[in-house]
Amino acid sequence: MPSLIDLRRRIQSVKNTQQITKAMKMVSAAKLRRAQQAVVGARPYARLLEELLGSVIAASTVDGERASHRLLEEGDAQCVLLLVLAGEKGLCGSFNSNLFKETDAFMRRQEGSEVELELLGRKAVEHYAKRGHPITGRWERVFVNVDRATAQVVADKAIQRFASGGAGSVWIAYNCFRTILRQEVTVEQLLPVAPPAPGAQGGTEHEYEQPASELLAELLPKRVATRVHVAMLESAAAEHAARMAAMDAATRNAGEVLDNLRLHLNKVRQASITAEIIEIVSGTAAQE
Amino acid sequence: MRLEVAVPERPVLNERAVSVQLPLATGYLGVLPDHAPLLAKMGTGVLTFSGPDGAENCVALDGGVAEVLGDCVRVLAERAERSGEIDVDRARSALARAEQHLESPSLETDVDRAQRAAGRARARIAAAAAQ
Repeated sequence: MPSLIDLRRRIQSVKNTQQITKAMKMVSAAKLRRAQQAVVGARPYARLLEELLGSVIAASTVDGERASHRLLEEGDAQCVLLLVLAGEKGLCGSFNSNLFKETDAFMRRQEGSEVELELLGRKAVEHYAKRGHPITGRWERVFVNVDRATAQVVADKAIQRFASGGAGSVWIAYNCFRTILRQEVTVEQLLPVAPPAPGAQGGTEHEYEQPASELLAELLPKRVATRVHVAMLESAAAEHAARMAAMDAATRNAGEVLDNLRLHLNKVRQASITAEIIEIVSGTAAQE
Repeated sequence: MRLEVAVPERPVLNERAVSVQLPLATGYLGVLPDHAPLLAKMGTGVLTFSGPDGAENCVALDGGVAEVLGDCVRVLAERAERSGEIDVDRARSALARAEQHLESPSLETDVDRAQRAAGRARARIAAAAAQ
């Protein structure tokens, strides 16, 4: 049976752990709020871009024949490029493992074609370091402060790879932030760009300052960069949400452990007191 | 008309306007209600619009694409700042830096980039001054 002093030490150590998890939860909650604002802030641009792209594609469709652009056409290369957006740190429940489960399943589905990986986030880099997949790029600490410039560089690299015929298609896998309690692993096709459905305004005759092909060339890379940017923002928010939930659960678990330990401590203390009293009582009884 | 301006990180404007001046790549364009549908590339410059109360507002813009359709003017910009948000001192120093690069170009000066930077700085100063 552990002694009183051992139990007190254990209680103290669990208390310390609980304090840390509680602090981490609070830090994550604050970071989550900022990440969520960034996600919401990026939405209007993404929506406008979809609408404008829809307009340009609808307006450039002549007699049912869509305007062509390299980024709209299926590539014939066998290779598939997959962008993996994982977290920067652990202690966030199944956030990373869920993602890797999904990317592994994705790679199994691509029978016959090789899958190249572009890794974003330290956890992704660590996970795929020794697994023998061809890796085209590693990005660490990109989710601490998600910025458009990084997304642009990543997207440009993918576009370059696709346009030069190195990859037949480009996909992106990330944790989508649905609610604070729910993150959803999403695997989306980035390239070739799936054109948005033309809006209700389809068939409107637009005046052009520049030819439609030039506008397409302007908008399509922006669409890819925006997709990457939004996915990065979502993933960052999802990571904070997952960590917040995990740390909340850990704090609660620590509370339970503390309750049990305290109960045990009291029992042990009471037992020793009882034993002492019995000794005294039986001692005096023997003297009489 | 509804005027919407957004940059990748945030929405900049979503307001009602009675007239809008757009800085297109090919020059300034005035848009009044019932303008013909239009798609165009944006240049660098100052977007001016007047609201229903007649007050004029400015936004410094750079790059992107604009669409005029029906009752909506939508601008997808790379960079945009409302006149109230502009840090004039920073814009001035950026302009001075760019001009210095242009006046005494060395071998590694990217003239094109310096010119674009100067254009951006001028647009921001103009937008801030119009306030």
